[in-house]
Amino acid sequence: MSAEVDTTTAEPVEDFRARARSFIGANLRAVGRRGRGDFSRHLPDDEELAVVARAREVQRLLWNHDLAGVCVPREYGGLGLTPAHQQALNEELAGYEFPRHLQTPTMSPCMAVLLDFGTHEQKLRHIPAILRGEEIWIQFLSEPSSGSDVAGALTSAVRDGDEWVLNGSKVWSTGAWWSDWALCLARTNWDVPKHRGLTVFMFPIHQPAVEIQRIEMLNGNREFCQEFMTDLRVPDTDRIGEVDQGWTVGIRWMFHERMAMAHNEPVMTWPADGAAGFSGPTVLVDVAREVGRLDDPVARDLIGRSYMTSLVGEPLQRRLAEGMAGGHLSDQAASIARLHGWEVTKAAMTVPFELAGAAGGAWSDADDTLFGLGQGFLVRQAIAIAGGTVEMARNVISERVLGMPREAASDRDVAFRDVPRGPTGRP
Amino acid sequence: MRFDRTPDQEFFRETTVRFLEEQAPVATLRGLRDDPVGAPPGYWRRGAELGWTSLLVGEAHGGGSISGDGLADLTLVAHEFGAHAAPGPLITANVALSALAAAGSDHAATIAAGVAGDARCVWAHGEPAPADRLGTVTCTITPDGDDVVLDGTKRPVEAGAEADAFVVTGATDGGLTQVLVPADAPGVTVTPLTTVDLTRRAAAVAFAGVRLPRSAVVGPLGGAAGPVRRQEQLAAILCAAETTGAMQRSFDLTVEWAFDRYSFGRPLASYQALKHRFADMKVWLEASHAASDAAAAAWSADAPDADARASAAKAYTGEFGAELAHDCVQMHGGIGVTFEHDLHLYLRRITWDRVVYGTPADHRQRLAALLIGEAA
Repeated sequence: MSAEVDTTTAEPVEDFRARARSFIGANLRAVGRRGRGDFSRHLPDDEELAVVARAREVQRLLWNHDLAGVCVPREYGGLGLTPAHQQALNEELAGYEFPRHLQTPTMSPCMAVLLDFGTHEQKLRHIPAILRGEEIWIQFLSEPSSGSDVAGALTSAVRDGDEWVLNGSKVWSTGAWWSDWALCLARTNWDVPKHRGLTVFMFPIHQPAVEIQRIEMLNGNREFCQEFMTDLRVPDTDRIGEVDQGWTVGIRWMFHERMAMAHNEPVMTWPADGAAGFSGPTVLVDVAREVGRLDDPVARDLIGRSYMTSLVGEPLQRRLAEGMAGGHLSDQAASIARLHGWEVTKAAMTVPFELAGAAGGAWSDADDTLFGLGQGFLVRQAIAIAGGTVEMARNVISERVLGMPREAASDRDVAFRDVPRGPTGRP
Repeated sequence: MRFDRTPDQEFFRETTVRFLEEQAPVATLRGLRDDPVGAPPGYWRRGAELGWTSLLVGEAHGGGSISGDGLADLTLVAHEFGAHAAPGPLITANVALSALAAAGSDHAATIAAGVAGDARCVWAHGEPAPADRLGTVTCTITPDGDDVVLDGTKRPVEAGAEADAFVVTGATDGGLTQVLVPADAPGVTVTPLTTVDLTRRAAAVAFAGVRLPRSAVVGPLGGAAGPVRRQEQLAAILCAAETTGAMQRSFDLTVEWAFDRYSFGRPLASYQALKHRFADMKVWLEASHAASDAAAAAWSADAPDADARASAAKAYTGEFGAELAHDCVQMHGGIGVTFEHDLHLYLRRITWDRVVYGTPADHRQRLAALLIGEAA
């Protein structure tokens, strides 16, 4: 997208930055650590819905002030500017609220996939609506029987004239209950190997044929959902990509998902200080000060190591992006950032808890810095699982980046209906 | 090592690679094991002719960079030094020359001789325990009439036994001072040490009442804290770049081995238990490249985060360089712990770079202090 930008006529980055700064100062609220929203604090439903409504409102404000869709082409309602403009907006948003609930999966991977594979009509219909904050999208990708093995999807789509009829179940869709549209990977052919019988569809999720159940996570968080599609009818015009070629879409889809998780997507807006919902290593200093361990060399070693790991993250992402763009590294090298990102997050969720001592296990509503550190620790592994497990990242790095032999698989060159599925893999 | 090297930088790097392959192949390195200097005769002067010593010294002193960013150019040499476990006092000589050049034109003759490779001037900074934590200085430099008097011990001093002169960091009335000390000055005692590296040498250097003229002072008397900090960053960055080169070579050798070595009828590279460890090593390797290059760029720009970036690069490569090198040994099995195999050449260099100019633990303490906001 950025390749099409005519940099001689585009708005200069510094003009754009000044415009963004004056908009933000006049319209957006400054936020603290809790305001960013972290894993440890979950809101009652009515408050959650209010937060989502505000996110839509902020997105609409961005749209009204020509700050939405910075890197999205102008013909689809975007600004057609460069990643440098987006970066300027991200930097100016540091310390302020932003439309967090519309970034991932809405902007990426969903909108990014639409931009890659949607027809002109599909893009015209949805992308401006997304940029106005009217459509929040969700991924219908994982299934109860297939987490890492995404291409093993059992949700079926059967053609019926100009429509498709979908049946099956999807899971781990964040915030489906307050979202609008779904991007869904379904099986359209059971008589070919698994990667060759998939197709991608889109549909509104609030309709009688889609039942949404919420999942309570071990920390009480209820953002994740599971959905059940029963004879859901989708017009063929809402198919994305070719029939049975869904894996071509799926590969880009998961590429965008990895880039989104690494905050390396030019179509996403993310404050420069807001990585993964944590306010970065300075929180470690706050916690150590709160518990009187600021002068403890052991505490300082933990703080220094955590700071070290996080300082390496941004240059690593830049190196990988350069290496992929210049052909020095495989496109799959994004998995390297995913694995390093896990180390950063693991430290961010473990070290504050470690520093807090017993306060990591018991806190009160009156606590601020020490609030909920134990919950963050409990749910830590979610970051090593969501968006592709770190084990899958290690497979991708060793097999796709280093070219090592692939794992033996019993689902290759076999019609999908004949692939062994085990007791948990029945449709 | 950055991907976006200019054609001139690439020519420069390749020239160094060819030179190292000809002058210091692994068989030669093994033969230097007990050599007091640890390098073939004439080696350092010829390296200086290639530009190894001129990059951080301005043109006024006979130096000059390839790309306009002398440290970016020098990290390419450091990378290849690691990848070839090359002999020569690359890091300490360049830090000393940089310190002299940054202080002005008072030591032009020493700089010229150092740039030409005719004389070796090295930095004497680290001290023996319990004063061995990064930034601790107990050597004293005391003004006395028209002279200054230097007392204390530096250890380990890279290339200390072969040095012609030392840039010594000492304390003066609560501030820091640096002086240029000829190795043959009265009161200087040099005791060679045994190092973990096959060719990089070190010594303990004692200074007992060494009297020097005021003109020996490098930069301001008592006001060298800023320059010393820049030198610490520089040494850390060069260690990180060199370590990354040694990591790259170890990793490449081990990936090749994993494809070629068969056990139970399969290549090692086909075992998931090993593939996942190669994936972790690849992350450490790419992150080391990125951290080193980011630190070098911050130093060249004199950026506000130069201190943190340098310490992050040193702490990261020190920790994960050693992890990677030991894992490469493990992947090789018994052959990996023999003198015959090349792996230890790189493991040695990584180990040496880990302990000099601040251990990973020292740099983590510095990072914590920076984050806390102390003027540490």
